[in-house]
Amino acid sequence: MKITALLASSLALAVAACAPGSDPSLDQTGSDPDLPELRDALVPTLEIPTPAGWDGELPTVPEGYTVMPIARDLKIPRQTLVLPNGDILVAEGRGGYAPPMRPKDIIAGVLKGRGTSSVEGGDRIRLLRDEDGDGQTDLQTTFIDGLNAPYGLAFVDGTLYVANQDSLLQFPYTQGATRIEAPGRELSPLPAVLNHHWTKAMTASPDGSRLYVGIGSNSNVGERGMDVEENRAVIWEIDRATGASRIYASGLRNPTALSFNPATGQLWAVVNERDEIGPQLVPDYLTSVRAGGWYGWPYSYWGQNVDPRVMPRRPDLVRTAIRPDYALGSHVAALGVDFATDGGLGGAFSEGAFVGQHGSWNRSDPSGYKVVFVPFSGGRPAGRPIDLVTGFLHDGHARGRPVGVTFDAPRGALLIADDVSNTVWRVTRTGQTRTARR
Amino acid sequence: MMASRTYEHAAGAAPVGAFQAILLAFPVALFPAALLSDIAYLNTAVIQWSNFSSWLLFGANVFTGIVTAWAIIAAILGRGRGARTWVLPGLLLVLFVAGVLDSFQHSRDGWHSVGTLGLVLSILCTLLAFAAAFMAHSRTGISGRAA
Repeated sequence: MKITALLASSLALAVAACAPGSDPSLDQTGSDPDLPELRDALVPTLEIPTPAGWDGELPTVPEGYTVMPIARDLKIPRQTLVLPNGDILVAEGRGGYAPPMRPKDIIAGVLKGRGTSSVEGGDRIRLLRDEDGDGQTDLQTTFIDGLNAPYGLAFVDGTLYVANQDSLLQFPYTQGATRIEAPGRELSPLPAVLNHHWTKAMTASPDGSRLYVGIGSNSNVGERGMDVEENRAVIWEIDRATGASRIYASGLRNPTALSFNPATGQLWAVVNERDEIGPQLVPDYLTSVRAGGWYGWPYSYWGQNVDPRVMPRRPDLVRTAIRPDYALGSHVAALGVDFATDGGLGGAFSEGAFVGQHGSWNRSDPSGYKVVFVPFSGGRPAGRPIDLVTGFLHDGHARGRPVGVTFDAPRGALLIADDVSNTVWRVTRTGQTRTARR
Repeated sequence: MMASRTYEHAAGAAPVGAFQAILLAFPVALFPAALLSDIAYLNTAVIQWSNFSSWLLFGANVFTGIVTAWAIIAAILGRGRGARTWVLPGLLLVLFVAGVLDSFQHSRDGWHSVGTLGLVLSILCTLLAFAAAFMAHSRTGISGRAA
């Protein structure tokens, strides 16, 4: 058996050595990213930085900005929401229950588990309150308990909306509440078969009449068969009054965060694209979402580039594929997006979108593991992404991994949920006095 | 003659030979099964056939690995004589390498999980498995290893 193990591992190494590397000269951000040839290696690359502590250090922010933790020891924080009184809600949890389909899934599952926090998901919403306006949390409570992998949060008209991995719940909210005991009322069930990509991102339309929910695909690229992709890789539009839902846009592999562009009133999303066709395919992206639009998944990527792994092909559909607006880089795993309003964080971070990048596992040279700012002008992306918060990856270990980002306009602060160090980080301009409260 | 050889085999070689035969039964059954489900996948594009192949190959490789290690150890310990000693372990080793490569090929997603390479490897593994079993079993019979 030792000989067998030796043979197998040396064979695997020999095969893995043939895995393609990255070409650093390719520019994979912006509206027209360089796309290399499709290369699917025999052994897919998995490079998983294991977690490490911060040891008193902090993430890196540009000169003139300050970052601090405002909550630690959370239970897998994913997305945040700021209530009208300044209280911060944090959705905590871990979802998905797609069973392994092939030996590969079992092996990949074990390897990927090494890159995540060992803490069990909270399945709850935590409330953080800053009593004196210094930015630090003075009171922390469990706001809602007993949820099922909550992720998307929205607040409209005195009602809190929580997108569990299987259903959209609404809770009545009274100003200043620190706990909601009442059970949530289901506004609409959400697609929950398998939940390979389980996160249900959510945002409300500016007028509050509709909710938008991002529903990820049930596979990388349709390899569980297309039957399980019914109502997947789509964004739903849900009528807030009746709960009626419809597919707003489709072909979006994993729309992990949604936000309305304040300049144009248009829905934008960050989307995680497919894996295993090379370290530099396919770029994850930030895009405006057109009603009725189809963005390619699984049949094509970045517009009309056909993915040969999907059979039967659909040239009729591929012809209609919309090219996304802005590439963020391959495998950066964008999981958070929010627009800067009221001047944002000032300077280079005044007009545009903050994007939280969880970081790559599918390439040997890590990408992501930071929060960037995509500058906008006239409601459209204008320029290269600018690093805002870095230092999550350190000596080959992940000290943290950014997920949701929320811009708290009244206080001029950016909130970042980090699901490896189980922290919420807050970024502000150094020495700023804008701490308006209540 | 036939009768006495069979008798010898059954009486003496049973523990070792039978165990090897049982181990070899797995690649002999599973590699052709994987080939058939590969063909079904290529004809239908129904992904479950490719998933079947993945598991069939997984099982085939585990047992091929064990029987290969066994054969190599047996050859080293000098259970036979001359260059022929290494034919069976060598054949099994090639089968094992081809089987593991086929498994990696089947771990690709969708249509790329089989493809030309997967089909060729599955055919190769099927032929090698038959060849190895044929050699192992006829050698036991003819050389009368029991004696």
